[in-house]
Amino acid sequence: MAGVQDAGHLPERKASQMSLPAAKSDVHVATKGDVVVAGQFKTRSASATVVPLAATPRRRIDFAAIATMIGQNVLPPIVVLAILLGVWQAAFSGPGSSLPPPSEVWAQSRDLIVNPFFEYGTQDIGLGWRVLVSLERVAYGFGLAAVLGVLIGALIGQSIWAMRGLDPIFQVLRTVPPLAWLPLSLAAFLDSRPSAIFVIFITSIWPVIINTAVGIRNIPQDYRNVARVLRLNQIEFFFKIMIPAAAPYIFSGLRIGAGLSWLAIVAAEMLTGGVGIGFFIWDAWNSSRLTDIIVALVYIGLVGFMLDKLVSFVGRIVTRGAAVN
Amino acid sequence: MSAYLKLDHIGKTFTRGAQSTEVLRDIRLTIDKGEFVSIIGHSGCGKSTLLNLVAGLTQVSTGAVLLENKQVDEPGPDRAVVFQNHSLLPWLTVYENVNLAVSKVFGSRKTRAERHDWILENLNLVQMAHAADKRPAEISGGMKQRVGIARALAMEPKILLLDEPFGALDALTRAHLQDQMMEIHTRLGNTVIMITHDVDEAVLLSDRIVMMTNGPGATIGEVLDVPLQRPRARIALASDRTYLKSREAVLKFLYERHRFVEAAE
Repeated sequence: MAGVQDAGHLPERKASQMSLPAAKSDVHVATKGDVVVAGQFKTRSASATVVPLAATPRRRIDFAAIATMIGQNVLPPIVVLAILLGVWQAAFSGPGSSLPPPSEVWAQSRDLIVNPFFEYGTQDIGLGWRVLVSLERVAYGFGLAAVLGVLIGALIGQSIWAMRGLDPIFQVLRTVPPLAWLPLSLAAFLDSRPSAIFVIFITSIWPVIINTAVGIRNIPQDYRNVARVLRLNQIEFFFKIMIPAAAPYIFSGLRIGAGLSWLAIVAAEMLTGGVGIGFFIWDAWNSSRLTDIIVALVYIGLVGFMLDKLVSFVGRIVTRGAAVN
Repeated sequence: MSAYLKLDHIGKTFTRGAQSTEVLRDIRLTIDKGEFVSIIGHSGCGKSTLLNLVAGLTQVSTGAVLLENKQVDEPGPDRAVVFQNHSLLPWLTVYENVNLAVSKVFGSRKTRAERHDWILENLNLVQMAHAADKRPAEISGGMKQRVGIARALAMEPKILLLDEPFGALDALTRAHLQDQMMEIHTRLGNTVIMITHDVDEAVLLSDRIVMMTNGPGATIGEVLDVPLQRPRARIALASDRTYLKSREAVLKFLYERHRFVEAAE
């Protein structure tokens, strides 16, 4: 082991003699097992032996760990789901029950469940298509909300007067329920498509604004001082300091906003019509297809869940390293 | 000959509402090119405020800071600051942190390859080139401070301002970095102002030690020349008469004549 310790000292010595190439330590690793005469280090005449390190074991798929993971995370929800379905089946199987049991959902709406992307006619399409149409609206509305929300939030976070002027107004507006905006936006846009997008936008922008502002207000003074010493201009400061420093806050705002926009789209589509998943529910209700509604609910839940995971996943990648100091 | 840096009758008063506190009063100091000056004093005496005034991060209330006869009224890369808590941007790697400064200061004057070499040269100077691709969270406190120094040096400042640069480090790391700082100063001949509350650090590193009286309304109580030969060796100096006398002079100033009075806070 003495050899290993000696080798551990070498890089430090080399570091102080900067004329030596920096990659020397790699050479030692390459000649593992060989005796390296450390003659070039003038302070030491003895030789140092480099002991080969144990070969790092190859990464193997650990089946036991995967099995444990499945047992702990996947199995419990499946068991609970089975129990719930059983209870549901038992409760609504009797004649004259108001809602269909799972078996009937499967029997009547099987095409909706097994094939999300069928196309039998202009209005008779799979739920996958409908979800995509809804997601497109969300993408427009939420995308706009994200960009404007970050910009307005940055303004409020940077300027004390913008905050004093705008914050109280935003605090009032953000409590207005999504659908309350709909009649007004229909009147303004005279069309259902931009109206639905506007409702998404106006619903999801508030958490983005507020979180961005908080994040920017919390940028440490040190980072601002660094920017001032370097004389970063406004644009450089925005992209190089402000956005990365506030990114964790911004993304928690975006995540809340994405959730809200998915809540709003279903309600908005119920009223504006079109092809989306919200309108599908309304349509199914009007034609008394209760089993279709149940399938659509599951779709909405799953898509909302994935949307949330997607935003948090992107956030984790983008803010990597920003949260810790 | 006019001074390189001149602090000309500087005063600083902070005003909050109707209350105003005079932090610094009538600071007069000239610093020559290549000099290493420490500013020492009890906490709350306005040392950091003084450094911020030179950096331009804070505006003077009276008087003026003159660098090469030009008035300092805003921060700039010619007065690079090494902050006490390193202030590296945690989302950038070590290399990118230095690059932020280099591309801003030399963006138009150096080619990309030249800037790359310059970044590595400065990281080599503080022996941090091996961690160029690490993020600040992945390296130790002493290493972060070294990167902070590299970032400041990379701006090629006229004056290097160190705000208690080694204060947050353990004693061994601190000693190591002090030695490195001396080596860099010898090699590059920078003009340095260092805030410190460590008497040994001040004596070991400085050409002159500026001792501050207690606030409010703190001013320069005494300026001590440290006539020690460079390069200085820590161990040899431990029993050196001049070193011990300088050390004693600072201690006497701080603990006899300007004892920190708790009630004055």
